[in-house]
Amino acid sequence: METAIAKTRTNIWSGGKSPFNVSYGKLMMWYFLMSDSFTFGAFLISYGSIRFSLNTWVDHNYVFNEFPFTEAHLPLAFVSLMTFILIFSSVTMVLAVHQGHKMNQKGVEKWLFLTILGGLAFLGCQAYEWTGLITGQHEVLVNGVIQHWGTTTSHNPWGPSVMFNGHLVGTPGPVAFGGYFFGITGFHGFHVFTGVVVNTIMLIKTKRGDFAKRGHYEMIEKAGLYWHFVDLVWVFVFLCFYLI
Amino acid sequence: MSTEIATPLPVTEADVAHVKKIWKAFWVLLILTIVELALGLTIYFIEMNPDYSDSLILFIKGVICILTIAKAFYIISIFMHLGDEVRTMILTVAIPSLLFIWFVTAFIADGASFRNLRNTDAGSRIYIQQKDHHAVPLEGPAEKREKKLD
Repeated sequence: METAIAKTRTNIWSGGKSPFNVSYGKLMMWYFLMSDSFTFGAFLISYGSIRFSLNTWVDHNYVFNEFPFTEAHLPLAFVSLMTFILIFSSVTMVLAVHQGHKMNQKGVEKWLFLTILGGLAFLGCQAYEWTGLITGQHEVLVNGVIQHWGTTTSHNPWGPSVMFNGHLVGTPGPVAFGGYFFGITGFHGFHVFTGVVVNTIMLIKTKRGDFAKRGHYEMIEKAGLYWHFVDLVWVFVFLCFYLI
Repeated sequence: MSTEIATPLPVTEADVAHVKKIWKAFWVLLILTIVELALGLTIYFIEMNPDYSDSLILFIKGVICILTIAKAFYIISIFMHLGDEVRTMILTVAIPSLLFIWFVTAFIADGASFRNLRNTDAGSRIYIQQKDHHAVPLEGPAEKREKKLD
């Protein structure tokens, strides 16, 4: 009888301790991120599927060639800046988590603040990029008539170019491009925005000394997991829209 | 609200090593990204010549994909510390993620099959491929492209 009780007590599934050696919140954050990766995966794979089913797509080196304060044709330049910003904000986040482990309130505040700045910078870049795409007018030959189109969810001026009255003009490209581009980068931008909001709440709570009182900074860790996931997704968005 | 700040734990040698590891991961990610960008620009310059080789482009794109997976692995294992968790917990995240292998393969193959069916009217005619899948070129390749469209 006594041995039976002792046996159940030592079983890791009999309660009283975490079988995975992590807190409930952190484990559930992992499972949320896993399910979220399937949401993003579904979007990106649907995009890939449509792209493989079409003979023409847009040439990203010409669609994404703007850079602030210059008229030059610079493929990949602006998006590299955005990528570097996000990677850097990921590092500041992991340093904030580390300072949390050391119970260093000042350190957490400093790195968390830099992470929030990075997130805001990324969102600003995205707003700039979207504005350029939507408002930038391009000559498109539609049914023998020249029209001026921006890149939107219903118009894609980036089809193969043709000669018309002695100069090159675009033709309508696959409509799916705008929907996928704005949909997926928008969904990612929404995640970044959510991350910035969460990190701001964490910064306020740190400043109030809530975590110091609680005795651990695990909330920073959970927010950090989310923030790194946002960076992880960007790696794939970057691959699918700008590199290949 | 009292704002007195508790003294942080002392910095040990393990902390120094840990912070070093974080920065190392940052540099690795940065270098991988720069290599990816260099390869992306290589594709851009190769495609300026209208007679480029499709298989070479495909090869470079494949290398970029592998580098991206390496970056993802770095972010998950170093920044998200998944490598430090209990093995069974890692598996509960890793095993469902294996679905992605099927997910990507099946849907990309589906898209490719759809294109083939459309181009050949479900196999009833032969499709003659036009090597013209690029948007607005700046100069040069235009004349060549125009001829193909006739």
